[in-house]
Amino acid sequence: MQLTVKLFAYFRDNRFAVEVREYPSDTTVGEIIDQLEIDRDEIGITMINSRHCQFETTVHENDILAIFPVIGGG
Amino acid sequence: MADKIFRVNMSDLTTSIEAVPEAWMGHGGRGLTSTIVAAEVEPTCHPLGPNNKLVFAPGLLSGTVAANSGRLSAGAKSPLTGGIKESNAGGTGAQYLARIGCKALIIEGQPADGKWYNIALTSDSITITEESELVGKGNYEVAKTLSARFDGKVAVITVGQAGEMKMQAANISVMDPDGNLRSHGRGGLGAVMGSKKVKYITVDPGDNKVEIAQPDEFKTANRAFAKALMAHPVTETLATYGTNALINVINEAGGLPTKNFTLGQFEGHDKISGETMYDIIQERGGKPKHNCHAGCVIQCSQVYNDKNKNYKTAGFEYESIWAMGADCCVEDLDDIAEADYLMDDLGIDTIETSVAIGVAMEAGILEFGDGTGACRIIRDEIGKGTALGRIVGNGAGSVGAAFGVTRVPVVKNQAIPAYDPRAVKGMAITYATTPMGGDHTTGYAVTANILGVGGNVDPLAKDGQIELSRNLQIATAAIDSTGMCLFIAFTALDDPECLPALINLINARYGINLTGDDVTNLGKSILKTERAFNQAAGLNNADDRLPEFFYSEPLPPHNTVVDFTPEEIDSFWNF
Repeated sequence: MQLTVKLFAYFRDNRFAVEVREYPSDTTVGEIIDQLEIDRDEIGITMINSRHCQFETTVHENDILAIFPVIGGG
Repeated sequence: MADKIFRVNMSDLTTSIEAVPEAWMGHGGRGLTSTIVAAEVEPTCHPLGPNNKLVFAPGLLSGTVAANSGRLSAGAKSPLTGGIKESNAGGTGAQYLARIGCKALIIEGQPADGKWYNIALTSDSITITEESELVGKGNYEVAKTLSARFDGKVAVITVGQAGEMKMQAANISVMDPDGNLRSHGRGGLGAVMGSKKVKYITVDPGDNKVEIAQPDEFKTANRAFAKALMAHPVTETLATYGTNALINVINEAGGLPTKNFTLGQFEGHDKISGETMYDIIQERGGKPKHNCHAGCVIQCSQVYNDKNKNYKTAGFEYESIWAMGADCCVEDLDDIAEADYLMDDLGIDTIETSVAIGVAMEAGILEFGDGTGACRIIRDEIGKGTALGRIVGNGAGSVGAAFGVTRVPVVKNQAIPAYDPRAVKGMAITYATTPMGGDHTTGYAVTANILGVGGNVDPLAKDGQIELSRNLQIATAAIDSTGMCLFIAFTALDDPECLPALINLINARYGINLTGDDVTNLGKSILKTERAFNQAAGLNNADDRLPEFFYSEPLPPHNTVVDFTPEEIDSFWNF
């Protein structure tokens, strides 16, 4: 199934900003992060379709997954 | 050397250096400015008249080597909100005031002769001098001239033309260690300084140092504190992308107020994001990281250069970029940087002014997306004090009133910043209830709502938001009293070592024995003092509400509205 993956901040370095990628059904957010070789400890925020999600959340066809490191400011 | 209160009366041009009253001893920063304003300012006075007082107070730890302790609080009755105001800034002001033993500087009265003055402080003197050379000049020229005159050795606290013209969005600028500008941005405190006819204040620290009651304990606590700050991952992203890393996060979450608060996402978000800004800064030889005050270990500030690799602006913050960017639909970061530079130079709040321009865009004064037009309004209308410039320079509420716009994002007449309360509902409570008016810093519920810091609270639901905002507002009032940058809160919320180290720092500085509960109680009492002032000034529960459109206009993409009842909002104060 197809999924749009968006990366932010330094996760983009040597990877990409946004890509449409192919994944088997029932893939979890955590597995996608592992495949991108991003350390789970560095994850700050993950969102599917603009809603927060967990490593265990399963993605679905045409979802938009956004992955951020720990971010602050304000 | 015991700390003193430095008092300046601009009506008769007299000064005094006084002992600190017992009741003010345990206060610093916001706690002290609010305590003094509440004690000495008649709440019903005109904010720009002789009976208002402008108070500056360094934090409890300012002037020491404690990491990130260089924030200066300024307070008064706000001409924008009609209530009490505290706004804090970096720069060298807090540290130098603390080093000369100035626990607070109180400026009262108003000269009858209409002349302009400057005020010079040393550890044992206050000198008021008539000023003519720098009247009418922008903040950059003031900073440059005074840096040269004093060989860069004094702190400079100044107002630009907006403050001189007493615009309600006027800010007070503080020179940073590199001669650039930081701002007491919000609530029109620059107009109060202008109303006192004070163009600038200098602070010469000489060789004075802050005395530490227990130096060894202080050193140990500071080591633990700085270590915790350095170890937190937020420090890395803040130093790389600045606070502007938030553009893409808040946009993704659907809470980035766009086109005068009609949309929650901005198509041009990536063009104005922290990631893009970092690339531009690198390409043009700017500085992605920079400290607004000596001793900061986070370094979220930056220096942004123009296309010719010359300095354009510094301290280019998320809220400033959001306001001129997404809220006005301006996609060109260089236009936003130009606007930021112009506003800093005129000395006018980037949030209030840009949100006001967004309302002006809705009124048809200029098109959404017209960055060049926005810069023209700032430079040629606000800068020259034209009728339109004064309408915009008095803030978003003023523009709405002048042009009959009903979608005006203000609380207590102060513009709401960069987090839409329909999609970040914790912020609805903070905006509604903080005694400061629409302000994000006072209870930054974005932490648990969006950033996953200090827990997780669903941003689109009401559950847990009141408690979250209450706890954050109490903690923030206390942190704002220490002189600490609020960004230590990201670490404090996640790392159990951080807060005890901070309390140990205060205890070692003064030789006292504060506990965590004491600090919480301090935060509570500050909030109650501020609210009591507002109530005596005529603000009531009906002022603790958001504008009507937040309850009735669903915000895409989540199509949610603010749905707190008045009773729920009022329950915030149950402590």
